[in-house]
Amino acid sequence: MTGTAMEAAALGRRFGRNGEWALRDCTFRLPAGSVCAIVGPNGAGKSTLLAHAAGLLRPTEGTLTVLGTTPAEARERFAYVAQDKPLYPQLSIAETLRLGSELNPGRWDRAVAERIVADGDLDPHTRVRTLSGGQRTRVALALAFGKRPELLLLDEPMADLDPLARHQLMGALMAEAAEHGTTVVMSSHVIAELEDACDHLLLIGDGHVRLAGPLDALLAAHVLVTGQDGGLDPHTVVESRTTGRQLTALIRPDGPLDDEWQTTEPTLEELVLAHLRSPGAPVLTLTGEDEDWPETWGAAV
Amino acid sequence: MVEYRIDRRSGVATYVQIVQQTKQALRLGLLVPGDKLPTAREVVEATAINPNTVLKAYRELEREGLVEARRGLGTFVRKSLGATPVDSPLRAELDAWAGRAREAGLEREDVAALFTSVLDEHFTNDHGKGDEE
Repeated sequence: MTGTAMEAAALGRRFGRNGEWALRDCTFRLPAGSVCAIVGPNGAGKSTLLAHAAGLLRPTEGTLTVLGTTPAEARERFAYVAQDKPLYPQLSIAETLRLGSELNPGRWDRAVAERIVADGDLDPHTRVRTLSGGQRTRVALALAFGKRPELLLLDEPMADLDPLARHQLMGALMAEAAEHGTTVVMSSHVIAELEDACDHLLLIGDGHVRLAGPLDALLAAHVLVTGQDGGLDPHTVVESRTTGRQLTALIRPDGPLDDEWQTTEPTLEELVLAHLRSPGAPVLTLTGEDEDWPETWGAAV
Repeated sequence: MVEYRIDRRSGVATYVQIVQQTKQALRLGLLVPGDKLPTAREVVEATAINPNTVLKAYRELEREGLVEARRGLGTFVRKSLGATPVDSPLRAELDAWAGRAREAGLEREDVAALFTSVLDEHFTNDHGKGDEE
């Protein structure tokens, strides 16, 4: 269960010769077997990054590798579900799944794909054209799961699903990860639903990596402090607010904190929101080299 | 078999919730030695949490000697906790007491407060032992 699922080195992408940089200087590494959330404001570059990983876009500068090779070489080993869930509208669900099986000879897992469709009470003879947005998402995910990929790239997968379908499909995703060690990379705006599911975070803002690394380590590197307005040197202040005499701040401590501060560890939501509100906060990338990545799946799975 | 219920608003770390709920099931005799815990796959499919969280909880239970992982077979209960199965006389007494408390017009919170205060009198030194992280 060691190895790298995705690695970017100074990745940059510009649309048009004199256009804006959609991504710039992106450097991060994602270990195989992780479940990674990509978060960031609208237009931050999340979809552009996923499209690079899927091999649909070429970097203007730098490199991005998936599963240890180029996206083109790894094409059979990952699945990508774009934000608009492209499917053939004139095909039925059953025909769509058959297409999946024909396009993925030797890999296709019919049972897993059919189960995901069946869980949504969808009739296999229904034409894709007549499906609702959430139902299309389900079929697109069935297609992606059926491929039995080593890496799942999902762009806003849960956006148009009802709460039950969300929970079901997130559960199905986690089950894949548990049983097959599938790496999952998904972008989302719904931070609450990511907190329990993800173990890695990639926060992108304005085309740059802002935070990257194991979720536990990133949360542990930050502290929410409240207290009398005073100096916070030498700690790195991500965001601070003063109300009357009281100061509230999210900081990255550098050494022990004075006793007069009340401290709590931030939630994922607090961490992300503080960074989104403070675009100027310094970048933090943690590698998590000391992780004891589970070798004990055998017993518990 | 137990089913875990994850409360996202409790402020208790998810893996600690799994540890606590397993211990609760052991205390109540809902799990007994030899029983199999649900697989990580089963837990995450039902709760949509990260598989590592389940493994972390199971490792913690294993470290405390309550369960053991048998490679390729699953995770099994090694020993039970406490001596209060669901059908014990002590539970029946408590059940009768709770009934009387209710008849006396006490609210749920009143009963809980009363129970906790008695609990604290008798178990001063090991309050919440083993469940805190």
